[in-house]
Amino acid sequence: MMKKTFQQVNKPVRKKDAMNLLLGKPAYVDDITPIDCLLVKVLRSPHAHALIENINTENAKKVDGIEVIYTYKDVPQKRFTMAGQTYPEPSPYDRLILDQRVRFVGDAVAIIAGTNEKAIDQAMKLIQVKYQVLEPVLDMHVAKDNDILVHPEDNWKALCPVGADNQRNLCACDETIEGNLENVFSSCDEVIERTYHTRANQQAMMETFRTYCEIDPFGRLHVVSSTQIIFHVRRILAHALDIPKSQIHVEKPRIGGGFGAKQTVVAEVYPAFVTWMTKKPSKMIYSRTETQIAASPRHEMEVTVRIGAMKDGTIRAIDVYTLSNTGAFGEHGPTTVGLSGHKSIPLYNHHLEAFRFAYDVVYTNCQAAGAYRGYGATQGIFAVESAVNELASRLGIDAVAIRKTNMVKEGQEMSAYYHEVAKSCALNRCMERAEELFDWENKSKPRIMPDGKIRSGGVAMAMQGSGISGVDVGSATIKLNDDGFYALTIGAADMGTGCDTILAQMAAECLECDVDNVIVFGADSDASPYDSGSYASSTTYVTGKAVEKACLELKDHLCEIGAQMLDCVKSEVEFTGQGIETLVGQKSVSLSDIATKSMCGNNISTQVTVSHSSPVSPPPFMVGMVEIELDKETGQVEILDYVAVVDCGTVINTNLARVQTEGGIVQGIGMALYENVQYSDKGAIAENSFMQYKIPSRLDMGKLRVDFESSYEETGPFGAKSIGEIVINTPSPAIAHAIYNATGVWQRDLPMTPEKILMSLPEEL
Amino acid sequence: MNVKINLNGKDIEALIEPDMLLIDFLRSQGCFSVKRGCDTSNCGLCTVLADEKPILSCSVLAARMNGHCIVTLEGLQKEAQGLAEFIADQGAEQCGFCNPGMMMNAIALLKENAHPSDEEILDYLAGNLCRCSGYEGQLRGMKAYIAYLEQGKENS
Amino acid sequence: MLDIKNYVKVQSLEEAYELCQDRKNIIIGGMLWLKMQNRSVETAIDLCDLGLDTIVEKENEIHVGAMVTLRQLEQDHLLNDYTYGAMKESVRHIVGVQFRNLATVGGSLFGRYGFSDVLTMFMALDAYVELYHGGIIPIQEFANMRPTPDVLVRIIIKKSPLHVVYMSQRNTKTDFPVLTCAVSQINSDYTCTIGARPLKAVTFKDENHLLDSSLSDESIEALANDIAQKAVFGSNLRGSADYRRRISKVLIRRAFQQLREEKKS
Repeated sequence: MMKKTFQQVNKPVRKKDAMNLLLGKPAYVDDITPIDCLLVKVLRSPHAHALIENINTENAKKVDGIEVIYTYKDVPQKRFTMAGQTYPEPSPYDRLILDQRVRFVGDAVAIIAGTNEKAIDQAMKLIQVKYQVLEPVLDMHVAKDNDILVHPEDNWKALCPVGADNQRNLCACDETIEGNLENVFSSCDEVIERTYHTRANQQAMMETFRTYCEIDPFGRLHVVSSTQIIFHVRRILAHALDIPKSQIHVEKPRIGGGFGAKQTVVAEVYPAFVTWMTKKPSKMIYSRTETQIAASPRHEMEVTVRIGAMKDGTIRAIDVYTLSNTGAFGEHGPTTVGLSGHKSIPLYNHHLEAFRFAYDVVYTNCQAAGAYRGYGATQGIFAVESAVNELASRLGIDAVAIRKTNMVKEGQEMSAYYHEVAKSCALNRCMERAEELFDWENKSKPRIMPDGKIRSGGVAMAMQGSGISGVDVGSATIKLNDDGFYALTIGAADMGTGCDTILAQMAAECLECDVDNVIVFGADSDASPYDSGSYASSTTYVTGKAVEKACLELKDHLCEIGAQMLDCVKSEVEFTGQGIETLVGQKSVSLSDIATKSMCGNNISTQVTVSHSSPVSPPPFMVGMVEIELDKETGQVEILDYVAVVDCGTVINTNLARVQTEGGIVQGIGMALYENVQYSDKGAIAENSFMQYKIPSRLDMGKLRVDFESSYEETGPFGAKSIGEIVINTPSPAIAHAIYNATGVWQRDLPMTPEKILMSLPEEL
Repeated sequence: MNVKINLNGKDIEALIEPDMLLIDFLRSQGCFSVKRGCDTSNCGLCTVLADEKPILSCSVLAARMNGHCIVTLEGLQKEAQGLAEFIADQGAEQCGFCNPGMMMNAIALLKENAHPSDEEILDYLAGNLCRCSGYEGQLRGMKAYIAYLEQGKENS
Repeated sequence: MLDIKNYVKVQSLEEAYELCQDRKNIIIGGMLWLKMQNRSVETAIDLCDLGLDTIVEKENEIHVGAMVTLRQLEQDHLLNDYTYGAMKESVRHIVGVQFRNLATVGGSLFGRYGFSDVLTMFMALDAYVELYHGGIIPIQEFANMRPTPDVLVRIIIKKSPLHVVYMSQRNTKTDFPVLTCAVSQINSDYTCTIGARPLKAVTFKDENHLLDSSLSDESIEALANDIAQKAVFGSNLRGSADYRRRISKVLIRRAFQQLREEKKS
């Protein structure tokens, strides 16, 4: 294995924007765009399923300060998807900006633009809508082939063969079988089958969705949005507005968190339409309520897992069936579901002889789902990891031991992961390190405390990908400037994750300079080189490689200019970091000299742009172990200690990777224990605010301990793989395991609230 | 109605609507550090000091603050610098959107209690939600900053 | 969205009382709950200039002004010495310090909210509420009154030999309670107040004198079971009636056990 010492990567470099953000400088959409523009709000449906029979906006339009009100009659009639994915999107084209049919409580009915919020609120009350209320289909179990169709329309279409059929409420379906499945199952000593249920969790990033639009001096639509996907926003808006892509310019300022939420074009279409039609600047700021009820949460999934194993714990067959609820629209429906099998089954690759992975993704009249960190892997891993824990318990084998027997090892071909080979995998070392850090031998066992509470431990493993193989494109432009500083331009979106800094570290490593000598610009659809965007755990791995390649190419250009200046040929010089030096004779020119030369009588570019796409998506791996204290009389679970050991390849920024891990674990704890989404029988979400949807506070998460066991991924920049998503995957199964160890009862339905835990235990009278 | 509010040390007179919330008044005065993260007084992003006490500026009328002193992070740049450096050195600022509210409340905590225990830090900042960091890095940064201040005092 | 046409910092209780007779006007208290409502208010009445933000010890009473914040309740030595820290325990989980610096005791009580920790606590203290027009009435009575257009001026705690313990069950540390429980012994009488049922708090007396002889595990258990059977519980987002009933026994038992320890020390 290649081990390198690094100068700029694998270091705890401070994020380039850290101080300005901590000191509260204006940086986000609402801080840097004009206050005196039109404000845009959306009237939302109170019904889960209805047809608008009549809508009258005349009185509303008369309110002083109202600029314009649009209804379904005013918008283009070509369907599109809001999913930020590479074209042609796997998500079906099932949206209009406004539709006569409303499909969930919160669906858009009218767009109102005005000069002040009070006027808009008043106008909203004056819009008269007559609905033909239809029966909704809210239960995903009965959605497929239901008489009630969520998308009966003729102009619905799926661009990709994902098994979608709007006449069956199907957003996608598929089945893959490898090996002689039933034969293997029938020759196993033990076969268990269990079903697990996860909720439509909210990303709950602190900055809600928001977009500002104006017409630029060229008459083009200029969009400033809090988004992870500037180029997809450009395409999606062009589709939605039915205008040429050349007429749209999208940029993102600092983003107040995304976690996948902003990989869907949730808010952009409304102000974009207003500004395009009125040619006036406009802004939409989603309220928290809107962000909770009309956005892009995790897909609710029910995952049934069947595992076949031998008495010694050898796992020979895994069968995963996932039922996924995409809600009213299909954004990310066909793709998220794939990860529920492809990123759970391969964890048990070692002795695996056969597997089946099948799924249905159904439309319902629930809030449309989208992309949320983990992207289906989280749901699948909760199920498969829990099932393995249940299996181990039945066989009387330690949960760590059964994993050591079966876990994927470096060099193995993973049949359930598109037959990719695990070229970098330190999962075994992660497990050993976690065992030692956590003291698994002692802490996994239930211990009764003097006050009667029980302490116990649980374990889970996880994997994810690094970008979408053969699809994601990352690009970087690197340029030498006056004084010899570099400018790195990217189309990937730093949403707080620190990719601007991480990519600058990589550039600095290549260019043998300090990270402060690299400035970063992005992301802007007019100025940045093409990038799929920041999602699918792609930025470090895919865009990072583009940065590395661009820097190598730039060095070559600089050597050429330097050689000219030193009156020799390129092969006689080398790049030193400070400049160009001859291999013999030690003549040199500085970067500053080259930069100066580049601006006077020069024909060689000091700027290069390189794109990169990877045919593979090397998985990061991790192990999570949790110690809880459970109150058997109230069902209360306290997280005491969470140990995570991650193999993300080379850690590019040691601080940021640690914080990614900690942040992901805490989101995972929320998902496991209390982040709930409950619908009324009319289809309204009860958890529509931070008062009702409880995310962890700093009193709810116990102690986190994070460590890294790095493999070296040859196809990644400096050996790196991804880290952003994998870190949310272990808490649910690990905590469920710990709860079982404390109570003897498996919790298979998230969140595992104190009530569910207590009511699953007999009452001691 | 007219109000006179001392904002970051300067007296400001303004004509406001009676139902204007303090957060909106502050942003209208260019204090963009003050952020709104929820509609239900739960997130702590809008924290400012009113007569030196940390409050939620989203949940109080600007009118009530007539005659009072309000301090936002814009008015505490020097005081915040040190703590900010320590949080930055953990990478715990992340997206940054919750940072100003957290910084304001942390400054309020240290004014009330210069030597808080871990538990006191967590208790005091419990009303400041953060979705990125998992809180642990913020705690490390706070503790390192407090230790640095204590060391400085010992040495002087 | 809250829409307010006029805002008045009243200069006297009389002025506040007169104004609040019009149903379109409202006393805003700390304004936290009011702010989340979608309503129109003609005149918002603010009591903040009336000096009602103090906790004052009188000879036989403690007076808690209506505009005292929950944070003051949490930090006040007098109240917390008197209640063995139960006052702090009753409010410290409420959202966060910044929230508690705004929320007022008057606002918390006037709404007679089902979820109210504060109501549970003051009921356990057998406190009195002073209304500008309605006079001084026991908080138990106040809790069951229909809200009248009146001004809550202060809460009066009659000092007596007291032991009190406060406990709550919450799904997360800073969430609304799933159940609140405060047990007290005032003079020789034991009471148990259960709130967030999710109906508003209700106080049970030890009617069958189960605790008269001793605070034994058995007698406590008997009382806990008795109250859990008698109390009416409901279901909401945070928990079902069955769950509440089941944990009510646990909280009552633990609270009385802690009270027993408190008496020993």
